[in-house]
Amino acid sequence: MNAIEFPAPDPAIMARRAEIVAALADRVGEQGLITDPRELVPFETDAFTAYRRVPLAVVLPESTAEVSAVLKYCSGNRVPVVPRGAGTSLAGGAIPQEDAVVIGVSRMNRILEVDHDNRTATVQAGVTNLAISERVAADGFFYAPDPSSQLACTIAGNIAMNSGGAHCLKYGVTTNNLLGATVVLADGTVVELGGKALDAPGLDLLGVLCGSEGQLGIVTEATVRLLARPEGARPVLFGFASSDEAGRCVSDIIGAGIIPVAIEFMDKPAIEICEAFAQAGYPLDVEALLIIEVEGSEAEMDAMLKRIIAIARRHGVASIKESQSATEAAQIWKGRKSAFGATGRIADYICMDGTVPLGQLSHVLRETYRIVDGYGLRVANVFHAGDGNMHPLILYNVNDPAEAEKAEAAGADILKLCVDAGGCLTGEHGVGMEKRDLMGHQYAEVDLDQQMAVRAAFDPGWILNPAKVFPLDLPARKAG
Amino acid sequence: MAETEQLTPQSEDEACAMVAEQRAGKRTLAIAGAGSKAVIGQPTTADATLSSTGLRGIVEYNPEELVIVARAGTPLAEIEAALAGNNQMLAFAPPDWGRLLDADAGQTIGGVAATNLSGSRRLSAGAARDALLGVRFVNGRGEAVKSGGRVMKNVTGLDLVKLMAGSWGALGLITEVAFKVLPRPASETTLLIRGADDAAAARLMARAMATSAEVSAAAHLPARVAETVVGEGPATLLRLEGFADAIAERIGRLEPALETDLALEEIGETASRAAWAAIGDGAPFADGQGIVWRISAAPMAGHAIVGDVRAMTRGEAYYDWQGGLIWLRLAGEDPQAALVRGAVARNGGGHATLIRAPEAVRAQTPTFQPEAPAIGALSERIRASIDPDGVFNCGRRSFQAERDAA
Repeated sequence: MNAIEFPAPDPAIMARRAEIVAALADRVGEQGLITDPRELVPFETDAFTAYRRVPLAVVLPESTAEVSAVLKYCSGNRVPVVPRGAGTSLAGGAIPQEDAVVIGVSRMNRILEVDHDNRTATVQAGVTNLAISERVAADGFFYAPDPSSQLACTIAGNIAMNSGGAHCLKYGVTTNNLLGATVVLADGTVVELGGKALDAPGLDLLGVLCGSEGQLGIVTEATVRLLARPEGARPVLFGFASSDEAGRCVSDIIGAGIIPVAIEFMDKPAIEICEAFAQAGYPLDVEALLIIEVEGSEAEMDAMLKRIIAIARRHGVASIKESQSATEAAQIWKGRKSAFGATGRIADYICMDGTVPLGQLSHVLRETYRIVDGYGLRVANVFHAGDGNMHPLILYNVNDPAEAEKAEAAGADILKLCVDAGGCLTGEHGVGMEKRDLMGHQYAEVDLDQQMAVRAAFDPGWILNPAKVFPLDLPARKAG
Repeated sequence: MAETEQLTPQSEDEACAMVAEQRAGKRTLAIAGAGSKAVIGQPTTADATLSSTGLRGIVEYNPEELVIVARAGTPLAEIEAALAGNNQMLAFAPPDWGRLLDADAGQTIGGVAATNLSGSRRLSAGAARDALLGVRFVNGRGEAVKSGGRVMKNVTGLDLVKLMAGSWGALGLITEVAFKVLPRPASETTLLIRGADDAAAARLMARAMATSAEVSAAAHLPARVAETVVGEGPATLLRLEGFADAIAERIGRLEPALETDLALEEIGETASRAAWAAIGDGAPFADGQGIVWRISAAPMAGHAIVGDVRAMTRGEAYYDWQGGLIWLRLAGEDPQAALVRGAVARNGGGHATLIRAPEAVRAQTPTFQPEAPAIGALSERIRASIDPDGVFNCGRRSFQAERDAA
């Protein structure tokens, strides 16, 4: 399968490999440098595994100064750089190219400061997402964005992709929880953006950096906002006889002024896959399942659930199951958060990530089934219904090139459907390589030209993650 | 300000044509909405004013989707009325500085986006920039550009929405905005603690925010300010919003966690709303007297900054955002920018914005905090990538000093 194009490696750079490697060794030392072909293999792809390229070299710096030295060298010598967190991108955001140096942040993994009174944590960017919440849990705090890969994914990667998670309906995504960052620009310049204050002065550089997919700079340290942990949390399972009815129930809950902390949706194929993996107690006799989580004291949760249950009954809810213990609650979330992994055990899949207006959920679901059916494939839907962020998992066999092509085509059709319904290509996974060539469906050329012009203000030589986000054949890009 | 020509396009297409024409004629444009905050920033020297007020109307609003899309010149009052009709709101609580700045023209929704100003609930619900889901704008080439959209989660492409939020007209004319909205809380109560000094209040607010009581706003008013808002004696205010039964529960958890012997009282809904409106709107300083600064800092640093300033000059202050937003008023007409910004820098950093000062003073004082050279240079490159010929808003923003130097 080679539908997505990689730029041809620059022969001049490939010819200078030995010289480049020596220069990198000068800057990060042997312990921070990987050049052995076998040791480079783990860096050839990320979680978008259908595409892979072994990079020229991998550097794993230990400090902002080392990142700066490497970037200064690479930009001065026009060597492409692919930044890497934990390599969990589902969109191919961290897939290298053969003439690129990968800069990984994994060795910068210390929590530098926890400040309870100001409710901030300052961390090196290679710290994992979950490590922050784990560090502050005993003191009653947590870090809100919770992507399913939170055990592995890094804050650097979260910032690069503006990661979300199941609970961002209430707490927002990364950009809403990031207060400051130390950033190394393409030419090696180090800038400090924001800090512990809520608002930053001047242009919102932190805002444009967040979600820029490693194209504006490399984040080496970050200050994130901590929140007080709720008194308690209780996920409740609501089973429905149809996906349509579940979708309408979501609209009505939100329309009634109730914002639960999470509303997750699974259709029947997803329920079966996740239940087989996690034994979470999901009902198997329904067509659609909502996991709705409420927070607060027992009395507050009871009161909110009462309101939600009344709405669900109006939509003919077939089964309601409240978690009775922390263990049961954990099982329910384990099932949901391992949905992608569990799916991967039974088939290869590609996961789409379009967001649609809430009122379009039912329509988009119906059309999704129709599209995938049309290609003769199967789909499992598991997604963040509260904010309209769909995640259809299209199942296929990676060893069957014809089927792989169909899966990609079905995915593209679904994303166009999302855009046409008033939504967007990607809600939280990022554009990366995967959706790069679909950008023209959401944005006019003038929109992309403006984005690229801003990008060039940060990285005029286009050395940072160059083959991502923007279609390779845009006239302005070719000219640049 | 000298009288300048006013351009009021009635459509985005017309706005594009006007910008292109001005650009071709090498003329400069100052961007404006209703003009409610025109007195913030360096006095401008543009050849003409480009106003969004001809671009009016709500484009799309389905309450169950929690999003409202409107043309930039739509009055904020119209937006808020439409939302209130469906029991919804802009959660960041855009402040109304009409009285503070002696401007009675009202605000436009585009101006709210372009200035990224948020009220007290910013502490818990995020800023205007967090709620802004999408914009359309006209750049300095006279092109209509779209960024973001109207869905709540969107990471498709570079987030130019964040650049436009708080750009103060330096990058382009916003023509349309999409804001996330939220249900209005069913009720609210404010827990008021009487008698804390500034430092003790900072600790009380930190303790409150460390609880699970979901305090949605936290402010401290020293005695002189408190008198005009909630009566005699220093007052620390903690706001709780939601269903009445839940609020009672949460206050039950909050009170013991404060570990204070000071007197606690509960303020009911009507008085609570009035108090928070006064705090966000800068009402305590709306009598026209003195220079007003608005300082953003780490919450625990707020009282130290004010202490430093007051050790050196005459002034008074109050605090919002758990102490991290300082409203500072200095007596007289000298903004003492070096003194104020020096105090901020010595206490962990942050930034100070000059909100109210006579025009002659503003001409001499950077309104927006000057930034580190590397950040200023980067900001200037970004500005040039959106408005290469510098059509917009000469001089209003401080980073444009870099442009003049370049």
